[in-house]
Amino acid sequence: MSDLLWIFVSAMVVNNFTLSYFLGLCPFFGVSGKLQTAFRLGLATTFVMVITAIAAWVLNTFVLASFPYLRLLAFIVVIASAVQFVEMVIRKLSPALFAALGIFLPLITTNCAILGLALFQTSRGYGFWQGIAFALGGGAGFMLALVLMASLREEAKLSDVPAVVRGTAFNLLLAGILAMAFMGFAGLLSS
Amino acid sequence: MSDVQVPPEPGALRLVGTLTVAGFLAGLLLAATYELTLPTITANAQAALRAAVFQVVPGTTSMRKLVLAGERFVVADGSEDKNATVAYAAYGEGGALLGFALPADGPGFQDTIKLIYGYDPSRAHIVGMQVLESRETPGLGDKIFKDPKFAAEFDDLACTPEIKVVKHGTGSAPHEVDGITGATISSKSVVRILNEQNRRLLDKLPARDALPPAPTEPAQKEDSK
Amino acid sequence: MSPPTAQDTARAYREFSKGIWQENPVFVQVLGMCPTLAVTNSAINALAMGTATTAVLMCSSVLVSLLARFIPSQVRISTYVIVIATFVTVVDFALQAIAPAVHKELGAFLSLIVVNCLILGRQEAFAARNPPHLALMDAAGMGLGFALALLCLGAAREVLGNGSLFGVSLFGKSFEPWVVMVLPPGGFLMLGVILLLFSYRLQRKKRHPEAASQEQAA
Repeated sequence: MSDLLWIFVSAMVVNNFTLSYFLGLCPFFGVSGKLQTAFRLGLATTFVMVITAIAAWVLNTFVLASFPYLRLLAFIVVIASAVQFVEMVIRKLSPALFAALGIFLPLITTNCAILGLALFQTSRGYGFWQGIAFALGGGAGFMLALVLMASLREEAKLSDVPAVVRGTAFNLLLAGILAMAFMGFAGLLSS
Repeated sequence: MSDVQVPPEPGALRLVGTLTVAGFLAGLLLAATYELTLPTITANAQAALRAAVFQVVPGTTSMRKLVLAGERFVVADGSEDKNATVAYAAYGEGGALLGFALPADGPGFQDTIKLIYGYDPSRAHIVGMQVLESRETPGLGDKIFKDPKFAAEFDDLACTPEIKVVKHGTGSAPHEVDGITGATISSKSVVRILNEQNRRLLDKLPARDALPPAPTEPAQKEDSK
Repeated sequence: MSPPTAQDTARAYREFSKGIWQENPVFVQVLGMCPTLAVTNSAINALAMGTATTAVLMCSSVLVSLLARFIPSQVRISTYVIVIATFVTVVDFALQAIAPAVHKELGAFLSLIVVNCLILGRQEAFAARNPPHLALMDAAGMGLGFALALLCLGAAREVLGNGSLFGVSLFGKSFEPWVVMVLPPGGFLMLGVILLLFSYRLQRKKRHPEAASQEQAA
């Protein structure tokens, strides 16, 4: 049980997917302008991550042992299908949310955080429940990073940012300081 | 108004067909690449494993892979599960059993630390330790594999009652390890991983006479993990 | 087939060189940031990732350009992804066989090349609608630009954060390394500073023509 807790907390804050492993940077810099959208995208991504973790476990255990060279192709197909599925579910359950997320929903497919999750899970040999803990932690961490960045950028809009640094350079510097803050979580669960 | 000729929409069969052909050709190319590179990749992994085992159990000339089956370690025959617990019996000159090389891993300060260590059952001592993977802080925690003095602490370390980390410079008892100044948690993590693996596995190691003799072929055909 | 004219060669060269400076994938287009920051903690890792990405980009572009007319528009993105994923796997196995140490350093990021928006972007924007030799030039240029940018970043981070370049210690024992540079925050900060310099240069260029025309008027 503590093993699962370590995996969850490690993926969420100690080794945050975005601020420590540099995964999911496109949506991190692209969508994080608005707090609402950031939060919802984080939720959708977490959902896709959990589905991917389960599918990756099934594939690794029953299929890919004999065909390791098909792993990458298989993962991509699974992720694309999972995103399609989530898109259909959201469209049915909440058309307003579907409209709000717009283009960012299909873009989850190219979010390296999802593929990164599947690849890390494979290389670390996680079992079924470990994979789920990893996906939940990773997704929660991604959402946390997204929401923090969105809040910072909303604040920045009200501040006097010099013209030379505005834009991507400014977002990168913000992310750097945020990443430094998250480094403080190292050693969180160590005795 | 110009008469624009719009090409007819391709049917579903054409779409699925294109993807199937693409997937099939991709699979062929990948299978071919895999077959081509597999011998080299296996040989590389084998060599790296042998180097690690030979380093943590000094004097090793050959080794045999063991896998945990229930409560005992038995000789691996290639059919074991990919994630099964493994150990390596290390034989020296003349086929004598020198000890065992045990892989282990656990949480460190930043992320998981993976290591392998050598254990001599006749003296109940650890005879060597090598860190295989770690993400500890550069300049501080990474001294667990960069500092030769720390590695040397494991060259002759008693395992009873339990390995203990003490302040740097004060270690005197045979089961004490000098911690790294400024990297206490990383040092403690390494020792904790060793203690836990000892607790878990030492009583399951096979007795000297329960093991087959040293392999005679120079390169043992095992799939290494 | 007529021999290439001077115009053809000039065109090919233009497609090649644009990826290195004006449309540099990292500093100008700001694409493919995940590998850029993750593996640039040392110069050799940066070089390895840049080379691997260029190899995948060139192979994919040529193949997509050759097969473009057979791929129906509705499934083109999926087909591009299949092509890219295949070449990434091939490069993965090749690297594992040739240089296992480098492969271990790059880890999962080698496989993550498949979601590098740069590669998919080039297929869609260029390779699918241009002949193979031009697609190759475009891919080579973008790949080289990407590799150079990565190398720049990796070298800077390694020199500052480790006091070495390609593993060779530069400053001796007395140098106190700026460790954060080889850690994740250093990646963000270094790229941010480089983009800031680019932006500053752009702003100066905008002001210069005004200053020049003011002097002329005076």
